[in-house]
Order: sequence, then structure tokens, then C-alpha cells
Amino acid sequence: MSSGRVDTRDWELELKGIELRRRLLEVIHQAGAGHTGGGLSCLDILIVLYHRILNVSPETVEDPGRDRYVQSKGHSVEALYCVLADRGFFPWSDLETLCRYRSPYVGHPTRHVRGIEMNTGALGHGLSICVGMAWAGQRDRATYRVFTLLGDGELAEGSVWEAAMAAAHYQLDNLIAIVDHNGLQITGPTRQVMSPEPLEDKWRAFGWTVRRVNGHDYVRLTEVLRQPPEHGRPTVVIADTVKGKGISFMEGVARWHHGVPNAEELARARAELDEAERRLRAERALLARGVLTA
Amino acid sequence: MSAPAPPMLSAAARARAGRLGLRPGRPNLDVFAETLEELARTDPNLVALTSDSRGSGKLGPFGQALPGQLLEVGIAEQNLVGIAAGLAACGKKPFAVSPSCFLTARALEQIKNDVCYSDVPVVLVGISAGVSYGALGSTHHSLHDLAALRAIPNLTLLVPADNFETREAIRAAARARHPVFVRFGKAPMYDLHPPGTRFEVGRALRLREGRDVAFVATGETVVHALLAAALLEEEGIDARVISMHTIKPLDTEMVLEAGRECRAVVTVEEHSVHGGLGEACAAVLMQAGVRTPFRIVGIPDEETVTGAQADIFRHYGISMEGLAGTARELLGTGRPTRAAVEE
Repeated sequence: MSSGRVDTRDWELELKGIELRRRLLEVIHQAGAGHTGGGLSCLDILIVLYHRILNVSPETVEDPGRDRYVQSKGHSVEALYCVLADRGFFPWSDLETLCRYRSPYVGHPTRHVRGIEMNTGALGHGLSICVGMAWAGQRDRATYRVFTLLGDGELAEGSVWEAAMAAAHYQLDNLIAIVDHNGLQITGPTRQVMSPEPLEDKWRAFGWTVRRVNGHDYVRLTEVLRQPPEHGRPTVVIADTVKGKGISFMEGVARWHHGVPNAEELARARAELDEAERRLRAERALLARGVLTA
Repeated sequence: MSAPAPPMLSAAARARAGRLGLRPGRPNLDVFAETLEELARTDPNLVALTSDSRGSGKLGPFGQALPGQLLEVGIAEQNLVGIAAGLAACGKKPFAVSPSCFLTARALEQIKNDVCYSDVPVVLVGISAGVSYGALGSTHHSLHDLAALRAIPNLTLLVPADNFETREAIRAAARARHPVFVRFGKAPMYDLHPPGTRFEVGRALRLREGRDVAFVATGETVVHALLAAALLEEEGIDARVISMHTIKPLDTEMVLEAGRECRAVVTVEEHSVHGGLGEACAAVLMQAGVRTPFRIVGIPDEETVTGAQADIFRHYGISMEGLAGTARELLGTGRPTRAAVEE
């Protein structure tokens, strides 16, 4: 994707974030199923990946040299579908079939959907798969990088740590794991259910380079994901996020893990997003005229 | 310390094997390791993965000869299978090698999702399968693996009987574009097939013709069925022997022929009587309306007796003597099938 100096604001992606939140909620509402909270918490990460980081597009989806992205927290698939549709991997109208009889747009990622690398959905699987992909890439002296997105609740799966150990052992510096650290899982706060803390220390102890970032800050996310790895070390990016981000009545509420907005909730969410967009455009205009400073 | 293994066959069975001209071969495990190394030398994309199992898998020489093609994951079977899936998705031909007891239980979800649901060409090699680790107890037995894996789509299941079948199974697995599971043990096996035999996945091999009873056997039990057939011949009982090396896709034609042409069918497997070859054959026969007297010989649903593989086989009647007895019993009580009556 585009490279070069990252501005203090990424207006394009900020607008995209609002637009795709609208789409995401509509898609989930229409399907009557979906993981709303986690989708909203990782949506900005996915937008940055597919617009600023991954060298994959609908044209290069079969290219052996493409970057690989495996969504280990497969339940946030609706967010991924929206980002892929927006990038042109398939038409938006496809998502009208989400979770319908025989639709390839299942409630977790599958390779039947263009742009999706592996079938995931049971937690604790993605990182091992990515270790295999990264090992293959290193052995073939390929330049592609391998990315995965893990949930913080998912880190309770032991297999994650088997993979973490192997990634460091094989010095897979072409591997980047992102933790969607929203602090909530289906039962409640992750720290109460099964605390992953001290999170940074754990990854460091397993031999990883740890980077931390606000997972809703497009500019910082882009910077961190573009940073070259430490030689011979895999990188984990702990992205601090808010479950339900962007919709006031969904933020930080565990019930929205797989809550589906009804028509009234959808209308309220839309109104909030319309207002956010109006403010964003106004802010941009003021900055452009020099009334405000970034 | 392990006690010397008791002979696989009784003295009478050994003598009969000699009279049949069966030659003692090598462990299927050794043939697997040798075949894999041969294949890897010509295919740089072939990768053997081990979970601290390169010794058990006889892959030490492989690792020395082709260090760049052996990936050690440590004692972590879930990771073993997940990594294999990732490798396969990036153009490698992974063989994930681990004792079947761990591979197919600990990593079952990775097999189901990462390998089979994603449908990537991973070869899962269950070594020391069945009761090969008989004396080590049920933790180390894999008598559930065929049952568990039969219920997973996209997976071919191969259980070779002898060195020839093992070599061919590994070669076929290396060519496969979809997931394959192969399982075998570590005891030396007799060579069962004449030179020139053609191995094809999904096509069972008929070792002996016969129309009284058919033994449909798989893996390391086949030799016992063959010897039982030879024993029964002396009593005027004409026994057919089929080596069912592919459990899935099952050669249903061969099963139906056995059911229609013989007066009784005995299935034999180194596996629980639940969910393995026997129940697969029973389903085929029942659904085709073939009501042949039928018996499943395998490991019963109980805490499995321990000891060497040979001890456990004998205990549960997987022996020349035991299988001949089962056939006699079944023929004595069984009614002739309609096909047999019409003849």
C-alpha cells in the first residue's frame, strides 16, 4: 500500500472507520447474527492492515509473494468481510447472504471467501498456522510477512503459547501478531475471567518484541506495523482497544460480544456515526483553513 | 528398560507362515522413514515435522541428511498440526509425524479445522499406532483414532498392512492434494503381497479368494487373517482375505462382494470395535440389504489389557487361532445368504 511519511491524522481512514462501522452494523442487523463488540474493537486494526500494511489486493490474492493475514479471532469475521468488500475482494451485495443457507459468508472465516487465507473460528489456532507460513517464507527466502489477530480472551488457549515459543525458537521476524486487547470476553472482563496479565512480560519472556499502541489510532497503528522487526525476533503488537468502539451504548459492554442491534439500536448507532462524520469533516475543514492546529 | 518383545506369531502360526512362503519383512515404521527420505531428496518442498518424535519416527537419518526439511516443534502436538497446515497453505508438503495416540487426540481440533476444514494437503502420520505401545498403557494406545477421524470430511485414512503397502501409502500421500492420515506400528511385518501388486488408494487388495468366510482386515492384523485362512483351508473352509488398507474412502464394492459372495464376514482391526473398520463395513452391508452373518474383531469397549502388541492381539483373538475360531463359530451358527442359496 501507500508508503512514505505518515501524517498526524489519517483523514481517509478516519472516514473509512465511520463508514465501515455503519456497514458492519447494517450487515449484522440484516443477518440477525454476528459479533458486534469484537468487530468494532478490531475494525480499525483491519482497516490499517488492508489499506496501509498488507501487500495484498483482489489482483494479488493468489500471488505467492503476497503478505498473509490469518484472523485467529475468527468470530470477528463480519468486520473482516466489510474491510474485504470495501477493498473490492467481492461485491457488497454478497454480504446480504451472511449466515444464510449455503452462503460462503459463514459466521467464521473460510477459504470459500476471496481474500481469506485459512478457516478459523476455534480459538488458539491462528498463531500456529502463521508460524508454519512464516517458516515456509523464511525457508523460501520470500519477502512476504505474516500477520495474525488474536483476542485477549483467546490468550488463555494453551496452543497460543506453544506457537509463541516456536516462533521465537525459529527466529521468525517475518511474523507479526496483533492482540486486540479490549479487556472483555463473553463472560465479562478478561482480567476477571482469566487474567492474561502481565501481558507484555509474558510475550517478552517468550522471546518476542513487544510494541504497544492505541488500536483505534490509525496513524500510530500504521507507524507501529510499518516498523521493521528486531532481527530474528517475532513481533507482537498489543493494540489497546475498546469493545464496541464508536457506538456509545456498546462501548465496554460485554453483552455486545455477540449482541445484534435491533432496528431502534441500529438507528441510534447510525445517528451517532452520522454525527461523528459531521464533526470529523468540520474538523478537517477547520484544520485545512488553519483555524485549528493538529 | 523393556522386556524382549514376544514373537508376533505363535509357533504354529510361524510354521504356517513359512509353509505359505511369507517372508519376514521389516517394521512398517522403518519403511516409512526410508520412503519419506527418498521422496524428500527429490522434493525440496517436502517437510517432516516432529514433536520430539524424530527418534520414535526413525527420522534421525532424515534430519541429518536433510536438516532444512525437518522441523522440530518440541512436545506440542497442537502446534505440530497447526504449523503443518500453515506450511501446506504456503506450498510445502508437510508430513506431521507423531505417535498416533497424541496426534489424533491432543491435536484433534487442529486436524479437524486447520487441516481438514481448510483442506490443505497435510499428511498426518500416526506412528506406533493401535497398541504398538501396548505395555505403556492406555495413554499410549490409539484405539480411537480411526473412529474420530472417520467423522471428519476431506481426510483420507490409510492403514497399511506390510512394507509394500506402507511404501505405497506414503508415496500416495506425498502426491495427494488433500489431507491424508496414515497409521502403522513398529513391529516387523511379514511381506504379504506378490511382486507386481498394484496399490491404489480406496481399492482394497484381495490376498486370497474364498467363498465361505471373508476376513476383511486392516493394518497389522492382516497377516493373522491370512494365516487363519490357511488354517481353515485344512478344515475345508474356504476363506477370502482382504487387506482394507484404505479406511476412507472405503472400498464398498469389495465389502459388498464379500457380503454377497461369502457365507460370513469377519472384520479385523487394531482399533476399538466402535467406529472403525468393522462398523464401517456393517453400515455398508446393512444399507445395501446384505444380511450376512457378521462379526467385528477388534479391541472391546473396556480398559484395554496391557502387554506387548502381540500379547494384546492374542488376548483379544487377533491371531491365527483366534480368528479361525471366530470364523468357525460364525459359520456354524450363520445361515447361508440368499446369494449362496441361489447358487
